[in-house]
Amino acid sequence: MNLSSRTEDQLRVVSVNGDRIDAAVAIEFKDAMRAETDGGPETVILDLSEVGFIDSSGLGAIVASMKHMGQDRTLVLAGLTPTVDKVFRLTRMDSVFSLFATLDGAINELQH
Amino acid sequence: MSNQAPLPNFHFTVQSGIYAAREASTKLMIELAPLNLDVEETGAIELIIAEVLNNIVEHGYPDPKNGGPISIYCEQGNRGLNFKLIDKGLPMPDGAPPVGLAANIDVELKDLPEGGFGWSIIKNLAKDIVYTRTDDANRLDLRIAIAVGSKNNCSI
Repeated sequence: MNLSSRTEDQLRVVSVNGDRIDAAVAIEFKDAMRAETDGGPETVILDLSEVGFIDSSGLGAIVASMKHMGQDRTLVLAGLTPTVDKVFRLTRMDSVFSLFATLDGAINELQH
Repeated sequence: MSNQAPLPNFHFTVQSGIYAAREASTKLMIELAPLNLDVEETGAIELIIAEVLNNIVEHGYPDPKNGGPISIYCEQGNRGLNFKLIDKGLPMPDGAPPVGLAANIDVELKDLPEGGFGWSIIKNLAKDIVYTRTDDANRLDLRIAIAVGSKNNCSI
């Protein structure tokens, strides 16, 4: 699992290149998220369209990343696949994060 | 749901550790392939197994230098897939799984939980969860209401 990022206007898009964010890579994910977002644009879109599976550790790592970014920044999630979406719904974390079906949808919505 | 041939019972063992859940998931999906499950079904199964295994690794075999086996048995029944997970690790505290209440997420950002979701996910998706401790082994029984078996030929 690794992350790549690019900047689109005022947005940082961080894409997960990997199929799973789980216990095996949760710490790695948190570290990589910091590297891709520290000191960057206020709003970050995490593109999860390649991720087929997260477990509660993966969810925790995403929550930790948002907490690390802090109150003054925004982390939204895009491209959730069915199982990933299920984890957010079961834990009610879908009410904590803004979720977008597609990356393009997220970018369109957030660029103004 | 379908007139598929019943799935033969199967079992396998993985070694505890950071990759135990992945290894179990891979082996499991191979064994369940004849069922032609859809992504929602395989997703639910993967999630339950990952959460249970992560718990066994983290709490049953907490010392990475002192791991042990985790055996998974599966039998298709007329109410779904019956799993039995056996490990030789530490007993569950209180002799039972955590209640697994949904975490309170109506809190400020800085207080959002980063963990403790596992049991509520398991209890949401799996049924008939029973924990037993015998001698030096932990055993967790659970049923996943997927691929309700055709052993009784009760398809509609």
